[in-house]
Amino acid sequence: MDTESTYSEYSHYSSRSRGSHRHGERSRDRHKSRSKDGSRSEKSVTINAPPAEPLLGDESIHGEEVQDDNWGETTTAVTGTSEHSISQEDIARISKDMEDSVGLDCKRYLGLTVAAVLGLLVFLTPIAFLILPQVLWRDKLEPCGTACEGLFISVAFKLLILLLGTWALFFRPPRAGMPRVFVFRVLLMVLIFLFVVSYWLFYGVRILETKDSNYQGIVQYAVSLVDALLFIHYLAIVLLEMRQLQPMFSVKATRSTDGETYFYSLGHLSIQRAAVVILENYYKDFSVHNPALLTASKSRAAKHMAGLKVYNVDGPENNAPGQSRAMITAAARRRDTSHNDLYYEEADHDRRVKKRKSRLVVAVEEAFTHIKRMQEEEQKKAPGEVMDPREAAQAIFPSMARALQKYLRTTRQHHCHTMESIQQHLAFCITNNMTPKAFLESYLNPGPTLQYSQNRWFARQWTLVSEKAVTNGLNDGVVFVLKCTDFSLVVTVKKIPFIKLSEEFIDPKSHKFVLRLQSETSV
Amino acid sequence: MAHIAGLPVTAVVQRIEIHKLRQGENLILGFSIGGGIDQDPGQNPYSEDKSDKGIYVTRVSEGGPAEVAGLHTGDKIMQVNGWDMTMVTHDQARKRLTKKNEDVVRLLVTRTNLETVVRQSMQ
Repeated sequence: MDTESTYSEYSHYSSRSRGSHRHGERSRDRHKSRSKDGSRSEKSVTINAPPAEPLLGDESIHGEEVQDDNWGETTTAVTGTSEHSISQEDIARISKDMEDSVGLDCKRYLGLTVAAVLGLLVFLTPIAFLILPQVLWRDKLEPCGTACEGLFISVAFKLLILLLGTWALFFRPPRAGMPRVFVFRVLLMVLIFLFVVSYWLFYGVRILETKDSNYQGIVQYAVSLVDALLFIHYLAIVLLEMRQLQPMFSVKATRSTDGETYFYSLGHLSIQRAAVVILENYYKDFSVHNPALLTASKSRAAKHMAGLKVYNVDGPENNAPGQSRAMITAAARRRDTSHNDLYYEEADHDRRVKKRKSRLVVAVEEAFTHIKRMQEEEQKKAPGEVMDPREAAQAIFPSMARALQKYLRTTRQHHCHTMESIQQHLAFCITNNMTPKAFLESYLNPGPTLQYSQNRWFARQWTLVSEKAVTNGLNDGVVFVLKCTDFSLVVTVKKIPFIKLSEEFIDPKSHKFVLRLQSETSV
Repeated sequence: MAHIAGLPVTAVVQRIEIHKLRQGENLILGFSIGGGIDQDPGQNPYSEDKSDKGIYVTRVSEGGPAEVAGLHTGDKIMQVNGWDMTMVTHDQARKRLTKKNEDVVRLLVTRTNLETVVRQSMQ
């Protein structure tokens, strides 16, 4: 039944943009998903009580999935919203603008400048303490003996050590931008500020105003300041670096789309710092997110929902709980053989993958036999057919290209690798004398996210979703979610139990043994 | 009923006289023994007290001299020709029974039901 809505031109446009962004992640527009679902199920207008919205929007890649050519003819009648909905392109553009806005960077630079100014002030204070009396009331000062000059040397070296330590600890490129301030760092800065201010106060009142003539006392005062600064530096090391080293919690990170799980050991960290650690490990541990692998379960789910339709004959009353309960009971009574389909489909898929893999391995091995590394002497002798790695890779690539392409298509990885990248990898393997198996390793097993180029990651901008404040420390039972546009990482924290160890002493002489015999003799 | 070392052992015994049978070069008695002070008393199926390290009859061959003389499996041998068998090693017991210059061995054996039988016959 062809039902063309009056706004069909617009839905043409929006669906086309949807089609062009098949990599795209978000299904923010309920109108579009509902129309797509309506068209999938037997070309009739359905009013589903729970809208069957696929989890991640349309994930079909490169037209291999069910390309629904009939969407133009069957659009639902819910056209009121289509005027106000914006297409995916607009959404992408707006969010990109927000990402590049200046506001977020300002916060980071503000923190940096404050810290730099404070550091400079702190560093120059002891020098100022020493120089000011000399400048202001030189004639009144007592002459400084050898002890004084020794103190000068010690001040100089301690300042140098402080400088090196501060450079090592604080002047490192930041790993991440966190949503809230780093509590310990702020505490330390406040402490240093108060400390220096109190020293200046004392200095101003007791020494500058009275123009104290005991220069040795002043120098010792400056030395005590530098000592205290070194101790504050020690406190900074302990608070910022060492406290979280001892593992106290076991943290489980699960990806919401395919359930891939990893466990990490963390110490006492705030939630935002723990999130940063987990994200750093995400890029090197979790295999790359492949939306093409998730379509099978979604199509099964859609088939479940499409089997039954509920018609609301009582007018516009919204009897949603009753409808869903009716659907559930009807579905339970129906004999469901979808498990059979799943089993045979998976067995078939496994067999196909194995076949393609064996063809691929043979093709690659054969291709590698065509190349031989030339030694130095041979190079001088026969300069005819000499090729560099890139040309060699291009020469043998065509013989294995077909088998590799077919294999990648079967395992749905073909969008992760371009031809250029494959040739580059081949040249790399040839240069480093790798065997065909080593070359194939990156295609047979999906590797960690870092291995692929950045536009395949599907994971760039992360949002921390947490019920507790993100500067709170980790605790047993804390759950937070790291959301990305395609998927999310659900993180659960469990405390490592307190281990009670007792000892038992065994005397080495107590190991004694006896034979257990039972012989029978006939007489 | 564990035996306390040093105290005398009392038991109701039966005298059994076995005449050895000549089979080729050997003189055989027709039964098998198990136990001894160098053996594991816990594995003895016939003893009442599992710490008893005495010599027990584990098997009596059919129609042999021992069966003819009235020896039964599970009997504990207390004496052989006057020599004590309650505190000997397995090999010593074997030697006592298989002396080549003796044709007859006179055993004192005990079994659990002997005491009840004797008491019943005395009433």
